[in-house]
Amino acid sequence: MSLSGLRVAVIVFPGSNCDRDMMVAIEQLAGRRPSLVWHKETTLDPVDLAIIPGGFSYGDYLRCGALAARAPIMEAVLDHAARGGAVMGICNGFQILLETGLLPGVLVENAGLKYVCRDTSVEVVEGTASPFTEGLSPGQRMIIPVAHNEGNYFASDDDLQRLEDNGQIAFRYTESDIIGPANPNGAARNIAGILSTNGRVLGMMPHPERAMSPALGSADGATMLNATLQALAA
Amino acid sequence: MQLIVNISLKHGVLDPQGRAIGRSLTDLGFDEVSDVRVGKRILLDIDETDEARARQRVARMCETLLANTVIEDYEIEIAEGESE
Repeated sequence: MSLSGLRVAVIVFPGSNCDRDMMVAIEQLAGRRPSLVWHKETTLDPVDLAIIPGGFSYGDYLRCGALAARAPIMEAVLDHAARGGAVMGICNGFQILLETGLLPGVLVENAGLKYVCRDTSVEVVEGTASPFTEGLSPGQRMIIPVAHNEGNYFASDDDLQRLEDNGQIAFRYTESDIIGPANPNGAARNIAGILSTNGRVLGMMPHPERAMSPALGSADGATMLNATLQALAA
Repeated sequence: MQLIVNISLKHGVLDPQGRAIGRSLTDLGFDEVSDVRVGKRILLDIDETDEARARQRVARMCETLLANTVIEDYEIEIAEGESE
């Protein structure tokens, strides 16, 4: 399949604010505009990738992602995932995926108690089997920004060990001469992104759609998204 | 019937907000404070007269939405007196 044959949907909640950035990013890379799907929809047309974008869905009320995780569209997204469909959640989208239980753990308030908005250096972890990482090299470092108040990944020690053993940790924050200290939020084991056991669901805090051009500081987000699209189209 | 849900962070889960409040209290001279944990309190008015059934329904609500049981515990109590 060519990239332009890929069907991508971006889910939109009230309070999503990276939906259009993601739409533009995917369109730039694939040559085809993803569909934007409103959270009240109850069905999802067949897609190759469903993206849950960043933002402040439902104003972060109750807990980040808690209300969005129970929105009507999410049942269709869960069905899509259960059929082995690819799902990518960025930032608030990651929080939403954790609240659905599709991925283990939870994102709690940053250890520094402050909203963090800066570039991070993210390393591709070795030993994963996933369309989100197969086009990247283990150990490859990417500069991708984060912007969040609740990005501090927490899970039980058992869950963390399982993630390690199953190759479910996709990305870790790493130290970098340019960026400085690795971990922006206190996340357990420097986790920036994790995968489902079948590798088809990715949740990550950094925003690849905000690192699409050297003019914006980094094009590593484009590299990462392009690798994903290539893998899904193969 | 009015029910109260108290949601608190489980032991071992870092509470940065509680820690910051604790630091401020110490700075203000309340040296006896050794730990602060912040929780949530949710009041629910529900159409139900049977206490056991009400508790059961609210427990369902907690498991489904109100609490994230990965990091939070919840306790349900019946509010004193009849609410309007």
